[in-house]
Amino acid sequence: MACQSTASDSNNNYIKGANLMDELLDRSAIKDSIKKDEQAEVDIQHESGIDQSTLIEISGLNKWYGQFHVLRDINLNVSKGEKIVICGPSGSGKSTLIRCINCLEEHQEGSIVVDGTRLTNDLKNIETIRREVGMVFQQFNLFPHLTILENCTLAPIWVRKQSRKDAEKVAMEYLERVRIPDQANKYPGQLSGGQQQRVAIARSLCMNPEVMLFDEPTSALDPEMIKEVLDVMIELAQEGMTMLCVTHEMGFARTVADRVIFMDEGQIIEQAPPEAFFSNPRSDRTRKFLGQVLNH
Amino acid sequence: MMNHELKMIPAREPPVMAVGVLAWIRNNLFASTLSIVATLLIVYGLFLSIPPLVQWALVDATWFGADSNACNREGACWAFVTARLDQFIYGFYPAEHQWRPNLFFAQLAVLVLWLSLKWTPGKQWVLGYSLLLMPFVSWFLLYGDLPGLEKVETHQWGGLMLTLLLALCGMIASLPFGVLLALGRRSNMPVIRSLCTAYIELWRGVPLITVLFMASVMLPLFVPEEVVFDKLLRALIGIILFQSAYMAEVVRGGLQAIPKGQFEAFNSLGLSYWQGMIMIILPQAMRLVIPGVVNTFIALFKDTSLVLVIGLFDLLAIIQAGLNDPAWLGNSVEGYLFAGFVFWIFCYGMSKYSQRLEQQLHQGR
Repeated sequence: MACQSTASDSNNNYIKGANLMDELLDRSAIKDSIKKDEQAEVDIQHESGIDQSTLIEISGLNKWYGQFHVLRDINLNVSKGEKIVICGPSGSGKSTLIRCINCLEEHQEGSIVVDGTRLTNDLKNIETIRREVGMVFQQFNLFPHLTILENCTLAPIWVRKQSRKDAEKVAMEYLERVRIPDQANKYPGQLSGGQQQRVAIARSLCMNPEVMLFDEPTSALDPEMIKEVLDVMIELAQEGMTMLCVTHEMGFARTVADRVIFMDEGQIIEQAPPEAFFSNPRSDRTRKFLGQVLNH
Repeated sequence: MMNHELKMIPAREPPVMAVGVLAWIRNNLFASTLSIVATLLIVYGLFLSIPPLVQWALVDATWFGADSNACNREGACWAFVTARLDQFIYGFYPAEHQWRPNLFFAQLAVLVLWLSLKWTPGKQWVLGYSLLLMPFVSWFLLYGDLPGLEKVETHQWGGLMLTLLLALCGMIASLPFGVLLALGRRSNMPVIRSLCTAYIELWRGVPLITVLFMASVMLPLFVPEEVVFDKLLRALIGIILFQSAYMAEVVRGGLQAIPKGQFEAFNSLGLSYWQGMIMIILPQAMRLVIPGVVNTFIALFKDTSLVLVIGLFDLLAIIQAGLNDPAWLGNSVEGYLFAGFVFWIFCYGMSKYSQRLEQQLHQGR
């Protein structure tokens, strides 16, 4: 299937590097552990006590960049209200996975169903899904030529067809919730990184999405500003928002995640509730990764 | 043990530089031996060239007269320009209808002032009028053939009026076409992309003179006589088609400078391609390409003088024609200086306006 993405990508260098990695790494150990995990995944689905209505259903997802196989046989169901943290080394495909959900990346095999709508080639279909899926980027991606308030009201006015007055009212509510209502008439360039990322979260929330995707939301921030963004995300989680979050913030994962997913080499290596994931990782690869992330 | 008492250092004023006129002169003109020598040489050069030029162009000049004999041979013969000024401005436009070009000029002046002054209201409406309606209003005003307006054939048009009309219509029409072509060349759809690329490369690859010749000479040979329309209009369409290819590449440069994240951000919010382009990408891209666009405009303004090869009398062509008048022989320096001066005024004005626009658009960022 082909997404209607407006940006053209050039991943050639990336692909070459990753292919090399593929050859260098011996992956047999990983494959063994995956077999065990397939059974474990089924268990988790039944164990979790949260609302069972499925919001996102990903099955048999495969994606290639040219010759490079980035996502391999991904199966993932996300229930309404569930908070999932995806972690893994860089180049493991975690960002690509969540970007497939709102079709910023096209996939070649498998199916993605969001809130009952199956992702197809159809432009209308893609726009319907994007309306229900909010996304927060590593680089904030605010619109620099619009004020904070205009950033937040643009999509509600033009996509949801709200009146300017209603959209502004909603936007101010969300800006208050992320604690920057007084900046509403400034431009993004006048705000700090942490403030910009909170605006980006508010901008997504203004569309009243069913699910929020976070693509390393704190990775581009100064250490002093990470907490203010995480606090907003924790609040959001407590209010029951469905969240898929790619992050290296393991503290955040412990606090809010219902499930932690570990990815490597384009596949889901392990998934478990945070206590089990951190205290008793089953695969060697996960153990090694956690050792590197947690002990520094 | 040392007592670690934390002392915050208060902010201080920066050191005061040597200021004043004398300090500036010393720093900028006489800072080193080399700069002293350069300054003296330049001053000497100016001393040699400026006074004779002023003497010739202003002091000894003859401003009015009936023909070359009225002119003082020591100075410039501006009488050539003043005597023929009407023709230089209106071409062969009938004298009793000259209020129409005057109205056209007045309209331009008002629009330019309205758009460049800070305090005027409703700029977006004025801009909209200038871009959408103004070319047509101007055409009908000048061409006539309407109730109450007599028809003035385009072969009677000429001079500054023609230059401005060609340049304005060329600029105004080439911008939207250029934007569409640039978007097309970056499109994901292969057919549209290759068509736009082919168009751009084709038109950029031929000289404007060729385009004008094709429009004026070749087209009538291939197309039945009753279908062939006005020569001026053909030239204008040629200029627009040619110029949009250049404009497309300028705009494409701006589009490429927009980070991929901006596209992803509007996509992820559910905005459609056109909504995103019009509200997010183009406003940012156009801001970036103002210098390039104005550069293309200035080039176009000067390129309009090429229409003389197909027998249209723009400002330069009509001045050249005047030089051949037996009554005014030997005034080519004055004629070309005047033409250059008028072209420079307009081009410099455009450049200044664009600088102002850039400053205004960067406020608050």
